[in-house]
Amino acid sequence: MRHLLSIDDLERSDLDELLDLGESFLAVTRRDIPKVPALRGKTVVSLFYEDSTRTRLSFETAAKRLSADTMAFSVSGSSVAKGESLRDTVQTIEAMGVDAVVVRHPSAGAPHRVATWIDAAVVNAGDGRHEHPTQALLDALTLRRHRGIGLDGARVAIIGDARHSRVARSTAKAFAALGAEVTLVGPPTLLPESLIGWPVATTGDFDELLPSLDVVYLLRIQHERQDATLFPSLREYTTRYGLTVERAARLKPDTLIMHPGPMNRGVEIAAELAEGPGSVITEQVANGVAVRMAVLYQLLGTGAPVA
Amino acid sequence: MSAPDAAQPNPQDPATREGGRFVFRARVFSPEDLRRAHTRIAHEIVERNHGAEQLVLVGLYTRGVAIARRLGEVIAGFEGLEVAVGSLDVAFYRDDIGLRPVQPLGTTEVPVDVGGRTVVLVDDVLFTGRTVRAALDALTELGRPRAVQLAVLVDRGHRELPIRADFVGKNLPTKRAEDVRVRLAEVDGTEDGIELWGPADPAGEEEA
Amino acid sequence: MPESLLVRGGRVVDATGERAADVLIEAGVVVAVEPGLHGDETLDAAGCVVAPGLVDLHTHLREPGHEEAETIETGARAAARGGFTAVVAMPNTEPAQDDPAVVAAVLAAGARSTCDVRAAGCITRGRRGTDLAPMGELHALGVRVFTDDGACVESAAMMRRALEYAGSLPGAVVAQHAEDAALCEGGHMHEGEWSSRLGIPGRPAVAEVSVVARDCLLAELTGTPVHFLHVSTEGAIALIRDAKQRGLPVTAEAAPHHFTLTDAECASFDPMFKVHPPLRSAADVAAVKIGLADGTIDAIATDHAPHAPETKERPFEEAPPGMLGLETALGLTLTELVEPGVVSLSDALALLSWRPAAVAGLVDHGGPVAPGRPAHLVVFDPAATWTVDPARLASKARNTPYPGRTLTGRVRHTLRAGEPVVIDGEAQR
Repeated sequence: MRHLLSIDDLERSDLDELLDLGESFLAVTRRDIPKVPALRGKTVVSLFYEDSTRTRLSFETAAKRLSADTMAFSVSGSSVAKGESLRDTVQTIEAMGVDAVVVRHPSAGAPHRVATWIDAAVVNAGDGRHEHPTQALLDALTLRRHRGIGLDGARVAIIGDARHSRVARSTAKAFAALGAEVTLVGPPTLLPESLIGWPVATTGDFDELLPSLDVVYLLRIQHERQDATLFPSLREYTTRYGLTVERAARLKPDTLIMHPGPMNRGVEIAAELAEGPGSVITEQVANGVAVRMAVLYQLLGTGAPVA
Repeated sequence: MSAPDAAQPNPQDPATREGGRFVFRARVFSPEDLRRAHTRIAHEIVERNHGAEQLVLVGLYTRGVAIARRLGEVIAGFEGLEVAVGSLDVAFYRDDIGLRPVQPLGTTEVPVDVGGRTVVLVDDVLFTGRTVRAALDALTELGRPRAVQLAVLVDRGHRELPIRADFVGKNLPTKRAEDVRVRLAEVDGTEDGIELWGPADPAGEEEA
Repeated sequence: MPESLLVRGGRVVDATGERAADVLIEAGVVVAVEPGLHGDETLDAAGCVVAPGLVDLHTHLREPGHEEAETIETGARAAARGGFTAVVAMPNTEPAQDDPAVVAAVLAAGARSTCDVRAAGCITRGRRGTDLAPMGELHALGVRVFTDDGACVESAAMMRRALEYAGSLPGAVVAQHAEDAALCEGGHMHEGEWSSRLGIPGRPAVAEVSVVARDCLLAELTGTPVHFLHVSTEGAIALIRDAKQRGLPVTAEAAPHHFTLTDAECASFDPMFKVHPPLRSAADVAAVKIGLADGTIDAIATDHAPHAPETKERPFEEAPPGMLGLETALGLTLTELVEPGVVSLSDALALLSWRPAAVAGLVDHGGPVAPGRPAHLVVFDPAATWTVDPARLASKARNTPYPGRTLTGRVRHTLRAGEPVVIDGEAQR
């Protein structure tokens, strides 16, 4: 495994292996000294062209728990903001001697382009509307820990703006690859323009689906990535597609509630449900560090091939 | 890139790594020999440490774990008390130059706090000593033992680090290209034993 | 220039037919076309086709304003290597060709170059779509093609006014870049299976088809010729076919990338494949080929769009759209259309030479290779294979989507007004 750019890069066996590793690293993160020397001497750089403290910290924590050295470049306050091109930036970083670059960028395919310009391993931390593979992996690990390795044919609904969501694409692919049945729920303006390549069914009727669901996965409404012509108002969205207390009461008792964060409490999820029974949202965050450790370990772990 | 054997991927097993170019040479221990070795080692451990109360037997995956459990049972048999037995995976502490990151073989689980206790690391074969070095590193993450000792079923020589075993089932001088295989019924599904295997191609014996 | 120049041993193909003949040129004019001629200097055309020089209705020469990507001189050199003796230079320069001074400067630079550079003029000032450009003044300088290319004339009312006004200018044709900007907003590739797989916002086919539908109706209303630039969709081609059947004054062109590449190429996220209108689906590509074969599409036009190399090294969504085209158009046409039998060689030359010349009103170009006519000629070997190497293009830019592709059909010589500007594939100046 040279890079992690998309869930498509992973065979089923690669997925299982990463999740197994994630379990091992989860155990490591719970120890008094939650650290292993596996990536000692390696340098992991995060290059974030989009604001995201959570994901960047998660990657940096993961790298440090593996004893790697870390550096962070964010858009403001560096030559990046002065108009240096992405190519020049990554080639400069590589010249300083790095083993892995974690890239988040508002443009789909940016990590793929970076991978053609440098020899270091590239991890996609989110590229435009395209993919967010480590989010999918932590979602898969969370689900697996509750339902077992085959996900037990879990019936999963992903609700919200799937069209503009890299989380929806990656997570739907990962869940489906592991054996879940995935349905996207939302108004037509928020569903993908074409379903080819999406291993999902779709529906606009959330209520009809509720009683049969094992997992409710809520996407956040992307204020910053789409405009008001896609649905009339937040109130209308919540009425039709929000996980309200009333809707939650019609779920099965052991249905899991997941969300990639950060939540818009009161919009896609009622405030009281966020920490309620069934919610595994905080587990997702914890699993994020473990799964990112697994990814970095697989890419850079002892003796990983160079070029 | 070497592909681990699909049935039992074990990068520590040179036979698998070489793709099965080994042939059976000799049976070194029979099941009876193995049982006596366990008994003797168990007695030596308790004798050296003047009792079993402060001990933790920590087996290294995979077969070391089974051996540690057996030792624990034997000790319980003649001392009349439960010895603490744990397991240790060293994947994240290895220093090998391999072609793939090493996957963990099992979960590290030590049921007691190692701080202030004597830890006896248990493994099947002592060879270069690198696995034991990694185990010492891993152990320090769990706490600070009063002392660490090492018990192995076979010491086959060729140490690359200044590491020695405190308790040895059998000293077995070998050529570097040979392979020593410990068989345990609960791990391998076969009769207990220790086997010596050699390279199928005799010219390989000259390899360092 | 030598007293007489002989193009010897080729097969002359033009709108009147095909014949094995030598072509004798004196003072920039063809004086004889028959076998067994003699001249002071000779260009060998054995095994080659000798045809009227190719005419590109749609080239971006980038001068003034973006000389880092191309200049009139380098673009003309690229055109000549591609076998083109005339190009229509698109007006999205900076400043735009919406002003007689700018057009005059472009024409003057073109006159010194190795290709006959005709300037297109803007329809609206600054291509902003709100006020008419001084079409009459530009027409007086020789401009016949008016377009806001790069931008679509969005307002139906503005397009109508432009057509009505242009109707008073003899030979004027209004050329539309048919892409409804609102439908395309934020889009970077064709909306469809691949934009959905790749998470790249799409530019839907309906953005082209809806504008073509509207402008066919406006052509009918006003009687002024409308030319559709770079048609790329099945739907637009069907509408144009229908409009022609009803006798409406519409013409259309297609770019080689729209009959050789699909949106699947974008899977690499390489912005070399980014263009407006975008690469489309396989069904659209098939429709373009049918449109070229049945006469619905009048011309192959390159939409040659050079960009400085670093601009195409950005992420897909940040890179500018456009691909080079002048030096590969003939090879792609011969390899992908003529060889598989989609169009005949003669029809291919019609699409590349005399039909675009007719659309643009270039009477000196595309015409039969006959005594008395200006010697704008291309000599090409239809069987020669070559591999596209970006580093060896005459264009200043390198953004061709075909690096490493082997093509059949290569220009050997190009003559502009009797001057051999390309000999044995090498530009002479």
